[in-house]
Amino acid sequence: MKAWRITLRLLRQDWRSGELYLLSAALVLTVAAITAVGFFTDRVEATMERQGSALIAADLVLESSHPLTQDFAQEARARGLDIAQLVEFRSVVVAARGPQLVQIKAVDPSYPLRGELRLSDGLEAPDRAALSGPAAGEAWAESRLLRLLAVDVGAELGVGDTQLRIGAILTKEPDQGRSFFNIAPRVLMNRTDLAATKLIGPASRATYRLLVAGPADAVSGFKAWVEPKLGVDVTLDDAADARPEFASAIERASRFLHLATLVTLLVAGAAIALASHRLVERQIDAVAVMRCLGAARHLLMQVFVLRLVVFGLLASLLGCLLGWAGQQGLALALSDWFAKDLPPPSLAPALVGMTTGMTALLGFAVPPLFQLAQVPPLRAIRRDLGAPRASAAVSLGAAAAALAVLVFWQANDAELAWKLLAAVLGTLVTLILTVLGLVRLAGGLAGRARGVWRLGLAALARRPSTAVLQITGLGIGILALLLLAVVRVDLLKSWQETLPEGAPNYFLINIQPQEVEPLKGFLRASDIPAPVLYPMIRGRLLRINAHSVEPSDYEDPRAERLASREFNLSYAEDAQPDNRIVAGRWWTDAAAAPQLSVEQGIAETLGIGLGDELTFWVSGHEVSAPVTSLREVQWDSFNVNFFVASSPALLKDEAATYITSFYLPPDREPLIAELTQRFPSVTSLDVDAILAQVRAIIDRGVLAVEYVFLFTLVAGLLVMYAGIQASLEQRRVEHGVLRTLGARRRALLGSLAVEFAGAGLLAGLLATIFAQATGYILAEQLFELEFSPNPALWAVGVLGSALLIGLAGTLATYPLLIQPPLKTLRDEG
Amino acid sequence: MLESSAQAVSRAIGLGKHVNGPAGGLTILASLSLEIEAGEAVAILGASGSGKSTLLGLLAGLDDPTSGEVWLCGTRVSDLDEDGRAELRSGRVGFVFQNFQLLPTLTARENVLLPLELTGARDAARRADEALERVGLAARADHYPKQLSGGEQQRVAIARAYAPRPSVLFADEPTGNLDQATGEHIIDLLLDLREEAGAALVLVTHDAQLAERCDRRLVMNNGHLESLA
Repeated sequence: MKAWRITLRLLRQDWRSGELYLLSAALVLTVAAITAVGFFTDRVEATMERQGSALIAADLVLESSHPLTQDFAQEARARGLDIAQLVEFRSVVVAARGPQLVQIKAVDPSYPLRGELRLSDGLEAPDRAALSGPAAGEAWAESRLLRLLAVDVGAELGVGDTQLRIGAILTKEPDQGRSFFNIAPRVLMNRTDLAATKLIGPASRATYRLLVAGPADAVSGFKAWVEPKLGVDVTLDDAADARPEFASAIERASRFLHLATLVTLLVAGAAIALASHRLVERQIDAVAVMRCLGAARHLLMQVFVLRLVVFGLLASLLGCLLGWAGQQGLALALSDWFAKDLPPPSLAPALVGMTTGMTALLGFAVPPLFQLAQVPPLRAIRRDLGAPRASAAVSLGAAAAALAVLVFWQANDAELAWKLLAAVLGTLVTLILTVLGLVRLAGGLAGRARGVWRLGLAALARRPSTAVLQITGLGIGILALLLLAVVRVDLLKSWQETLPEGAPNYFLINIQPQEVEPLKGFLRASDIPAPVLYPMIRGRLLRINAHSVEPSDYEDPRAERLASREFNLSYAEDAQPDNRIVAGRWWTDAAAAPQLSVEQGIAETLGIGLGDELTFWVSGHEVSAPVTSLREVQWDSFNVNFFVASSPALLKDEAATYITSFYLPPDREPLIAELTQRFPSVTSLDVDAILAQVRAIIDRGVLAVEYVFLFTLVAGLLVMYAGIQASLEQRRVEHGVLRTLGARRRALLGSLAVEFAGAGLLAGLLATIFAQATGYILAEQLFELEFSPNPALWAVGVLGSALLIGLAGTLATYPLLIQPPLKTLRDEG
Repeated sequence: MLESSAQAVSRAIGLGKHVNGPAGGLTILASLSLEIEAGEAVAILGASGSGKSTLLGLLAGLDDPTSGEVWLCGTRVSDLDEDGRAELRSGRVGFVFQNFQLLPTLTARENVLLPLELTGARDAARRADEALERVGLAARADHYPKQLSGGEQQRVAIARAYAPRPSVLFADEPTGNLDQATGEHIIDLLLDLREEAGAALVLVTHDAQLAERCDRRLVMNNGHLESLA
């Protein structure tokens, strides 16, 4: 009770006197940033998943080569989920001009559950969104088929034993990407017409799918229910299994967002630490007096901890509100992206924000407060006694532990967390050691200097902890701002550049060897730069070393799928320019011995290591070679890429078709029809839709990250302010004394400017080095992006910091100089 | 002289304080003994650096002696840990410092309230107001220390020291930062209140004139205490 009464009184007074403003600002900002990002990523991730869902036309897809049991559909319906069933198969359709091989998809009217189906009413008509799948008796076909058959909308199409009317031209299927390597033109029909075609019998080759969509918890409930019931021939896909280009973009967006949050957390943490330190410094006298007056240490500790907790809860609550408002602003800014029904933000991010705020506050502020409880009461009559220095290791340890807990918790990504923590700790240790070294140097120089210089240098040397704290604080602030620049300018730009204007939007596959040169000639003649054509050989992985590859050996569904299907293998003399060798070496020349290069991700999934001997079943015989390199592939570059590539010696004599990708400007689209007529076996795939979606994710991801970095910017400025404030108290007396002794204001101002600019220069130099190093590590290792050092950063980081800190520090201290010296001295007394 | 007295509020027996400085060891107090009885006003005089404040700190249980023992309000201080000493001081010991030591973030009334709240006094607010009225600062109860003159600040400090009705009050150069007229007014107040409260007063000063107004005067010299007639 006693502790509560004193706590509330002190808290009220702290607030009125402004003691807590800096700490509040730092804490509110931390919580606001965490909460805003929490609220927002909840919604962003939901939206991203939805966009991933659009690529599979559902939230979950069950797929089998046999008809799926109706139990699955019934259970999904019983759980309130929407379903659509479809059957996909290859067949021949007949029109007046003759037969044509097509890929038919017979769907329910509810198809698609996610994403958009688009069609047009004629070859030249604009396209529009379809509200449901085709009606019974109707088929929708790709324009390519209409061109091949020389018919238009309204014509009759013989499908098996029945006739369907071409009701519209199919321009976009959301899940077309699933059938990437289907070569025939596509036809969509109603599933109720399927029986009449008599095309599908028990032994027919067809793919059966059940699409499921609905509220997230119902979907995950169904997923958990259905997973154990899947036989070997049924696979389950969700949005995360969408195309790798897409998954990669989502992953990067999410990493960027988390990085932005973490940087804010780190910087605001530094501000909290500096502000706590200042709060403690200013409480020493009060504590000494209270102890003289009979306050027991445990009572003081109670009061301090209560004070901190009450204050922390209030500030965190405010931060939550601010974070909520912030994410609303962000959602508004990206409203076109959030057009559809978004789940309202849950309360979870607010709890996360509160917990983060309290952990940061307690981790950073409690050790200095414990130190405060050790202030000897004798200090009340002997001013030379200070607070006993708590073991620096304890303070640092508590802060580092709080930081590590928060970083790992918030990052949700051990790799990101480790790298960031290592970078921050590296920076801190270097900053502290460098500053300590310079403080020693200052002490040595003080004896030789004169006047205000001697005083400045001596003060610096006598108060190494303040100097270290100040320059480290400044360094962290500058580092945050520079990292902001690195990420904002360089990393986000290289992310956007992974998908430049003119990224390939068409794939040509199934190109026969004898068509390679004529096709190149055709493209050249049409003013399209001839792309590189890659040979493609189908092969099933039989063995890794002596171990047979059985799908059932793998628990990971992706590994199971990979093990059960044929790979597209290729061979090449040189590695593709956007591939990067991460282990081993690429072969040196065309005559190199048979060997393989495997994509890193698939190697991990299947447990393939460098030196393993892989055996494939290719064109009716076995081929084997050792793995001599692992590659990283830019899946979202939309270039042709292969999981497994070999040296020419291994595969060049195998039967191959060729594949390529190239950019076709939108107004040149008719060229595709011409191309497919000229090279009938070649299939063209338009990936513009996927490309546009990936580009949309990148653009919106960039915008979201920039928004979150606004918080970092404020946190950075705050920590710099705290850094400047750190030494203000001690200067008050010095300046009073110096001015009384006749030092001129201009001289003092000059020495201040030199001192702060010096601190800024030093902090800026160290921060720039670390910003560049962190940027490099982040780019190369975490985001798999090209990093090019930015020379402008050096100018801005070093000179800008010197200028900014010099100016800000001088301005902040200026009020002390214009006060009459007597007032300055009296305030201190 | 050192015989135990039932009425002694503060007692030092063979008190020594030795510190190690940059220029080697330094003896501040050498086997010093002293007894202060309830209600007695004792002035401790001495030149700067003679060890007056060190003695005051030891008598109040703020510091540990190198040798000897200190009794405060009938309890041997060395038997207590830090918190025990704080509890011992709470409500029984008042302090007035040279530089006032008011908490800058609290108003005059809240500064006076603080020791009362620490003792858990029920009528703390009323007693704080009474104490401020007694030192003539009722009208300035809501002012912050910065808004008060030096003399006023010291009067608030005196109100704070006497409000819990202590048994002993330690005053360390209470007039050191004040002009002579104000200083005399402060001493008047200290002595008057001491009388009203029946508390002992231990006044550390280097002003012989002020010291003369106390019941007993002692001088610190080379770590020893000498009585002045």
